[in-house]
Amino acid sequence: MAALNAWDWTLDGWIIMAGILCAVAAALLGNFLVLRRMSMLGDAISHAVLPGLAAAFFLTHSQSSLPMFLGAVIVGVLTALFTEWIRGFGQVDEGASMGVVFTSLFALGLVMIVQAADRVDLDPSCVLYGAIELTPLDTVSVFGIHIPRAVLTLGIVVVINALFVVVLFKELKISSFDSALATTFGFNARLMHYLLMILVAITAVASFETVGNILVVAMFIVPPAAAYLLTDRLGWMVVLSVILATISAIFGHISAISVPSWFGFQSTTTAGMMAVIAGLILFFAATLSPRHGIVVKLVRRWLLSWKILADDVVALLYRIEEGDRMPPQGLQAIRSLLLTDTLSLKLVLIWLRLRKQVIAVGHEFRLTLEGEAAARQLVRSHRLWEQYLASHASIEPERLHDKAEQLEHFTDRSLRQQLSDATDSPELDPHGTRIPAED
Amino acid sequence: MSRTAHNLIGRMAIAGGVAVLLIFSIHGIIETNRAHAKTPQESASFIGSMHFAHQNVTSLSQIMVQSRGSRQWFSFLQNYNTRVVILGTMLLGGAAGMVGCFTLLRKRALMGDALSHATLPGIAIAFIVMTVWGGDGKSLIVLLFGATVAGLIGIATILAIRNLTRLKEDTALGAVLSVFFGAGVALLGVIQQMDGGHAAGLESFIYGKTASMGIFDTQLIGGVALISICGCLLLFKELKLLCFDDAFAASRGLPTVLLDLALMGLVVAVSIVGLQAVGLILMIALLVIPAAAARFWTDQLWVMFAIAAALGALSGLLGASISAVFSKLPSGATIVLVCTCFFLFSMAFGLRRGVLIRGVRRWQLNRAMDRQHLLRAIYELCEPAHGVATDAESMRQHVTLDELLAKRSWSRGRLLREIRRSHRRELVELIGDQLRLTKRGLAAAAALTRQHRLWELYLITHADVATSRVDRNADAIEHVLEPEIVAELEQLLQGDRLSLPESPHELTPPDVEITAETALGKER
Repeated sequence: MAALNAWDWTLDGWIIMAGILCAVAAALLGNFLVLRRMSMLGDAISHAVLPGLAAAFFLTHSQSSLPMFLGAVIVGVLTALFTEWIRGFGQVDEGASMGVVFTSLFALGLVMIVQAADRVDLDPSCVLYGAIELTPLDTVSVFGIHIPRAVLTLGIVVVINALFVVVLFKELKISSFDSALATTFGFNARLMHYLLMILVAITAVASFETVGNILVVAMFIVPPAAAYLLTDRLGWMVVLSVILATISAIFGHISAISVPSWFGFQSTTTAGMMAVIAGLILFFAATLSPRHGIVVKLVRRWLLSWKILADDVVALLYRIEEGDRMPPQGLQAIRSLLLTDTLSLKLVLIWLRLRKQVIAVGHEFRLTLEGEAAARQLVRSHRLWEQYLASHASIEPERLHDKAEQLEHFTDRSLRQQLSDATDSPELDPHGTRIPAED
Repeated sequence: MSRTAHNLIGRMAIAGGVAVLLIFSIHGIIETNRAHAKTPQESASFIGSMHFAHQNVTSLSQIMVQSRGSRQWFSFLQNYNTRVVILGTMLLGGAAGMVGCFTLLRKRALMGDALSHATLPGIAIAFIVMTVWGGDGKSLIVLLFGATVAGLIGIATILAIRNLTRLKEDTALGAVLSVFFGAGVALLGVIQQMDGGHAAGLESFIYGKTASMGIFDTQLIGGVALISICGCLLLFKELKLLCFDDAFAASRGLPTVLLDLALMGLVVAVSIVGLQAVGLILMIALLVIPAAAARFWTDQLWVMFAIAAALGALSGLLGASISAVFSKLPSGATIVLVCTCFFLFSMAFGLRRGVLIRGVRRWQLNRAMDRQHLLRAIYELCEPAHGVATDAESMRQHVTLDELLAKRSWSRGRLLREIRRSHRRELVELIGDQLRLTKRGLAAAAALTRQHRLWELYLITHADVATSRVDRNADAIEHVLEPEIVAELEQLLQGDRLSLPESPHELTPPDVEITAETALGKER
């Protein structure tokens, strides 16, 4: 952490501040882009604004920021409009129409800038790609305090975006999920769409002019995507995305300074590292999210399969004892009867013994009284289902067993009661075996 | 031998043929150049040699150059470098156009975008590793290898996000694009501090250097174009199935995941050679625009495939040529703009899905519907209150305009226009302010009314639609009933083929507004 010794609050503080403001401004709107499946729009706009910058330059013959800003925002909104038109009139897939529009506009801008290159040095990369590290150097004075221009601009953008999201939350929500419903409720879904587009353009232009475009493109998508994996409620999603955006901005800057120093280098690009940290957050959200995480879902599926296997084991032992047959000798005998793998069976048997449902007597496995009670309910469910399916759903007899085998694991006492009532409390199942009584 | 084997051999033969042709033409161009290296004026151009390489005849544009009028125009082709650039962009445009067709139909047009950005960390890591090991970090092969690996990882990540989480495709694309690119930028920041620090030039690897494309780049592009053409041809049927109905493809036992990966591999190959030759934005454009433009012209994949390849190659040719003639136009951007012009033209005038042709079709349908409404209205006004008229003459009574106006909710202007048109077509006769059907008009009206009522009867008997609602339903569908469907309806309803069924409901003016517009909403 030697590199952090060079930490300077006035310098690094402002860089982080600019990063947070940019990330929050983008993440606020990004939620709705992700929900409306328009994630690529941020990327498209940040490439497409070039002709706007060039046109502003041609018209005003100056490189002052306001006309350039306006030009870029106008072209940004036009990008969204053209995409919509080509999609609507030309019946072209959304992604393709976006690809057509932004590459064409970028090429147009490039041509315009080359035409202007004689008169002034208007380098596309210097117009397009600001650097967040340089933000503290360009300050303006507000009420006697020197604050970086980027922080001021982005602060205003954050306030506008936050107001937009908070004030129009309900409208945004309904029009994002169901624009037809929004229209029947009497507010204009198209208007919301275009307001959102305008704000996205403003945010994109304000951000990449000051802090570079990698950051804003990443922040439009990645924190909202991570938040989307963590919650099912839109309000929480917005809040979470803001928090995650802030975290990635802070840790992005810290790791930009500290991570390269582990390998003996000095600090690297802050914006790039902020995007990487956001990517890491998305990775953890995707794997470990309590409801939608990949790992969590996998574990849940394993647990369910083991629970079903445990059910199958006790039911098997019950049926064997019921028929006064020889209990299976050893693990492999059960394994071959249930067609499962040894590891799962071992785990399940350990668990069953812990729950005192099964005891091992030598090589034999036997049900305890508790195990027998549990197994009886299962077998009762199974046979009731068979009876019900045979009498009410007219399933062919040879398919009865498989169906009932699936359903028995999800049948509780009240459902068993209903099944029993529906089939007039039968004594025997369709195969002629006795249905055990309820406890 | 099984049919599949035959099929496969046939396709391999085609692919091989194309490959041989391509090799010959590239070889021819390079050879032509060597032979005439000292007299560039004579070796005028590759355009001809593209076609006639194996015959070793004087090239097409050489003739054009020699003719006085076009001398100046083609003088740019005397430059060897220009020819190499034009050939390279043409090959790239063609290959990208073909691969683009599949990605467009698979609704992954922006995959190229994400992928091109995702290559950056691969390039940076390849450079770092090579430099640390003491090799030449800028060796093209190493950088291309790094780019390919990173691109494939990027694609695998996109597919994993899409398949394993509930995030949608566009979010997966955007997330991978920005995070990978961010990582690449961070790595470049480190590279700039490395010993030697000669990282300059890595950036241009990403942003392209069309104008300074060398013969090696062209050969590389040629090779990849070859691979992608062969790949597309060999897997044509499988990829087609995958693009249009992947579930069906899976049910036919095709390895859809492998095919998906193969397609993405083609995209990776094309965009990576393209990237370092012409730059990121141009590469995306070449992958998306020609294919999207070709879609307006045809519904057949083969044709679309050919058109997209041709448009891509043509854009490369025209764009590079224009930028060679006008020095102030950057070649990459010019190629994209030429492409865009083709796209806009196709979108407007495309013969299959163009805006104009669809407008004309809609307008014609509108007219036909108005006419059919008029004929049926007159017919129903003439019909007796109950039963079916037997006498054809009795059906040709005079009706007044007011009666017709009350029959449907249509505006007077629209009705009058339609009456004038039908009069010109000799479907109705005008006598004073009254009109009646001509014999031709009567036949047409009877057929139409029959269709309408057959559909009504069908709805009542087979679809359990309430009698009061069938008129409106039938109104929407009567215009698009094909003769086969009418025949099927007849069979279903076991009606007498010649008779006209009586209306199943009373023929009072409808109490709900049915205009041509509401019916239009239900057009095909």
